Amino acid sequence: MLEIKNLKAQIENKEILKGLNLKLEKGKVHAIMGPNGAGKSTLSKTIVGHYEVKVTDGEILFDDKNVLDMEPEERALNGIFLSFQNPVEVPGVNNAYFLRNALNAKRKFEGKEELNAAEFLKLMKSHLEQLGMKKDMIQRSLNEGFSGGEKKRNEILQMEILEPKVVILDEIDSGLDIDALKAVSEGINRLKSEDRTFLVITHYSRILDYIKPDYIHVLQDGKIVKTGGYDLVHALEAEGYKIIDEE
Amino acid sequence: MSQSEVDKIVNQEYKLGFSTDIESDTVPPGLNEETIKFISNKKDEPEWMLDLRIKALHKWEKMKEPHWAHLNYKPIDYQAISYFSEPKQAPDSLEEVDPKILETYEKLGIPLEEQKMLQGIAVDAVFDSVSVKTTFSKTLNDLGIIFCSISEAIKDYPELVKKYMYSVVPMTDNYYAALNSAVFTDGTFVYIPKGVRCPMELSTYFRINAIGTGQFERTLIVADEDSYVSYNEGCSAPQRDENQLHAAVVELVALKGAEIKYSTIQNWYPGDENGDGGIYNFVTKRGICKGDHSKISWTQVETGSSITWKYPSCILEGDNSVGEFYSVAITTLAQQADTGTKMIHRGKNTSSTIISKGISALKGQNSYRGLVRIENDAENSRNFSECDSLLIGSHCGAHTYPYLESANESAQIEHEATTSKISDEQLFYLRQRGVNEEDAVSMIVHGFCKDVLNQLPMEFAVEARELLNITLEGSVG
Repeated sequence: MLEIKNLKAQIENKEILKGLNLKLEKGKVHAIMGPNGAGKSTLSKTIVGHYEVKVTDGEILFDDKNVLDMEPEERALNGIFLSFQNPVEVPGVNNAYFLRNALNAKRKFEGKEELNAAEFLKLMKSHLEQLGMKKDMIQRSLNEGFSGGEKKRNEILQMEILEPKVVILDEIDSGLDIDALKAVSEGINRLKSEDRTFLVITHYSRILDYIKPDYIHVLQDGKIVKTGGYDLVHALEAEGYKIIDEE
Repeated sequence: MSQSEVDKIVNQEYKLGFSTDIESDTVPPGLNEETIKFISNKKDEPEWMLDLRIKALHKWEKMKEPHWAHLNYKPIDYQAISYFSEPKQAPDSLEEVDPKILETYEKLGIPLEEQKMLQGIAVDAVFDSVSVKTTFSKTLNDLGIIFCSISEAIKDYPELVKKYMYSVVPMTDNYYAALNSAVFTDGTFVYIPKGVRCPMELSTYFRINAIGTGQFERTLIVADEDSYVSYNEGCSAPQRDENQLHAAVVELVALKGAEIKYSTIQNWYPGDENGDGGIYNFVTKRGICKGDHSKISWTQVETGSSITWKYPSCILEGDNSVGEFYSVAITTLAQQADTGTKMIHRGKNTSSTIISKGISALKGQNSYRGLVRIENDAENSRNFSECDSLLIGSHCGAHTYPYLESANESAQIEHEATTSKISDEQLFYLRQRGVNEEDAVSMIVHGFCKDVLNQLPMEFAVEARELLNITLEGSVG
């Protein structure tokens, strides 16, 4: 579904990704683990076209289209979604208004009819309830004054409503207490489907116990150095990344 | 005033902007007693008005142009200006009009006939707001509301004019006010009688009146006891004027229990990206809450002009009177704005609110300058000020100059100020959710000005929102 071939990318003239290859399969959950500075966040930024990243080589194919030729919003409209590690605050921009605009941009792109305010509110309310979020999320400004947990849940809310095809979760678990972690994981599990791919970037196995990935990839020094099944998590947990160096 | 008189006034007003049969006299450039006499004579004014104009001229001659504002422009040669010029050479049809302007009209949804009027093209008499105007004139007339040009008022209501003109903005208030007092060409006069609530937004249907009188406009609005009026000035359509210098004066008088709401959309030609060719807009706007429990509210959306120098103010003289100032000022291209307000608290329990939103893009420079003064006797007065600046890009500037003076210990003054930048991260976040870049900028800017836009009368607010989008087009590079 999404294929990354020999990807080389720089941030501030420093090469971070050094010929990375990765194939994400339809309907599967992929997890990427790796030590700090290995290039995990750069990988997610590169896929969504972040302005800091300069790609020097390679390609990213998504349903046979080269993602690297697309503007960030085009990638989003085609179904690539990134849950940000630190969602930025946008004062004065109403959370519901923003999300309705985003959803309608997508529906328009897909040739569907746009939702009016009432239809959208109904949809949003049902998702808020499922995620255990307060109703005031409708009125509040986008991420402004949100707690860490609220920001992460809001990312999941957007994911649920936008129904993307490729979901990249960049450290969705960082800074969450156990209840929030559960709510977020449940949200992810609800969205698992045959047509959807997840790429979960994390430091910890905790969230992986909830969402049970199909594949674990180890990213080190800008390349995928090992791929395995779910049990690889526990080997890494027990031994650390040195098990890879030893091989 | 009888119905026929009202009709006459209204229809004359209607002709003023675009009729082809206006006499086309022009005085040679320069400003002296002869010029003033020429203007006064052209307007067929009474002797007393001419005397006041000449008095203003002599005072102006002794005054110096102020340079304290954070503005940078080439010196103005006041003797090189013609103070009564022949009407603009109007194009014969819309085909001759700059396609860019037409495109903007299109986006704003301005009807074809009105587009023609805005460009000074003669239109058919069937233009449908003529009948609308007649209907409204009758309503206003029945209520005893006077709504006419200031020239008319000088002739027809000399007592009201003598009593209130210069009472809020004295002739010698400042350099530009003095200049205006000597040479003002036209403007609007409104009087709302005691206890009358004006049932419509004034000037919504009369917006065309302003054309051709924009340069030295003079407006006077008097709201008698317990009356209410909402007045809208300007329009969102881009306005061009060959006259580079504009110096308008607006005076508002609210008597006991009266309320005046004054909304402005200013969209004079901003000049090019080097600052060439735009309008210099030096405006003095001030209202007095003369009676107890009176209220004056200024709302402005400033998007045009290359130079804006403007501080709509309130003198809170009556006890329990209220002053408000809501402002959105956008500077893009090479525009400069030095704008804000003055809230002078004199009466007891007076309160004022200031919400100012400055947006700077490209090479725009935006300054907020505001004074809050609590005088000796203004027991228990309070002010709340919020001044926020938003920067788009890295070549623009925002500046805040608040002046707070309190001579009464019981007063409360609050001032909040923020400066923020539309960050790449915010834009990227919105784009990652599928919102295109232009919509993303617009969303962030609207979010920023929401508190002010909410103050505008509905119809004006819709125009203002569209205008913000158009003004900001291409400001992200």
